[in-house]
Amino acid sequence: MKIKTIIDLLEAEVLCGEDMLEEHVYSACGSDMMSDVLAYVKEQAVLLTGLINLQVVRTAVMMDMKCIVFVRGKNPPEEVIELAKECGIVVLRSPERMYVACGKLYENGLRGGGVDEE
Amino acid sequence: MSEPIQFHFNIDGEDFTSAGKASVQVKKLLRQLSFDADTIRRVSVAMYEGEINMVIHANGGQADVIVWDEKIEVILADTGPGIPDVSLAMQEGFSTAKENIRSLGFGAGMGLPNMKRYSDDMKIDTVVGEGTTVTMSFTVPEG
Ligand SMILES: Nc1ncnc2c1ncn2[C@@H]1O[C@H](COP(=O)(O)OP(=O)(O)OP(=O)(O)O)[C@@H](O)[C@H]1O
Ligand SMILES: [Mg+2]
Repeated sequence: MKIKTIIDLLEAEVLCGEDMLEEHVYSACGSDMMSDVLAYVKEQAVLLTGLINLQVVRTAVMMDMKCIVFVRGKNPPEEVIELAKECGIVVLRSPERMYVACGKLYENGLRGGGVDEE
Repeated sequence: MSEPIQFHFNIDGEDFTSAGKASVQVKKLLRQLSFDADTIRRVSVAMYEGEINMVIHANGGQADVIVWDEKIEVILADTGPGIPDVSLAMQEGFSTAKENIRSLGFGAGMGLPNMKRYSDDMKIDTVVGEGTTVTMSFTVPEG
C-alpha cells in the first residue's frame, strides 16, 4: 500500500514527509505501548498510536519504520515533528480512533507482519 | 580481535524527553560503520529498552558501547534501586511501572524479555539498593 492511500483511507493530514508519500509500505502495527511495538522482529513499516511523545519517533527509528499515524486527531508537539523530519519518517494525523484506523488499513490489505503472522 | 571502537553516553534520569537519544545516536554510528541492518536493529532496540529502563526505573546511568568487527557489546550501568527478583523481572508482562510511566508508553513488562531475545548473550548484575548493570553482547554475522 502507498502511504498516499493511508492518507485517503484515514482522512489523514500530513504533518511531515510530503516527499515520501509515493513509497510503499507492507505492514503496520497499532499500539500505545512502545515495548510491544519493539517486540515484533519482522519488518513493520507503519506505527499507529495515540501517544505523541518523542519516544514514539525513537521507537519508529529503532524499528526502521517509515510512517507514524497519530490517531484520534492528536496534535504532537513541534519537537516530535522536528525529530521525525530529521529521521526521515512520514508523520500523519487522523481523526479516526485506533480500532477503526487499524481496521480500515487491515481491510484494505495492510497486514500485521508480527512474529505470529504470515 | 582488532582494536575496538568505544562510545560512552551519560543517560540523564531527570529528563524523560531525552530518553532513547543515546540509542538513536548508536544506531547512526553503527550505520556509519556499515554493519548489516539486522545487527543494527538488534543492538539499537535492545539498547533502547535498556536505556529507557535506566531512566524510568533507576534515575539514569551510564551506557558504554564497544564495537569490534565481529562483536558488539552494550553495557548499561546504573546506581538505582536494583532488581530484587531477576527471574520475575524477566517474565513477559511483569512490570513495577506506575500509571504515569504507562501513560508515556512504557511499563508493558516487555523490555527485559525483548533485550534477552535481541541479544546473543545477556547478563544482569544487580544489588538491591546499589544498582544494576546489564551487559549484552551481539555477534555480527560474517560477510
Ligand atoms: N535498571 C533497572 N533498575 C531497577 N529495576 C529495573 C531496571 N530494569 C528493569 N527493572 C525492573 O524490572 C521490571 C521489568 O522490566 P521490563 O523492562 O521488562 O519492563 P518495564 O520497563 O516495566 O516495561 P516495558 O519495558 O515494557 O516498557 C521493571 O518494571 C522494573 O521493576
Ligand atoms: Mg522496560
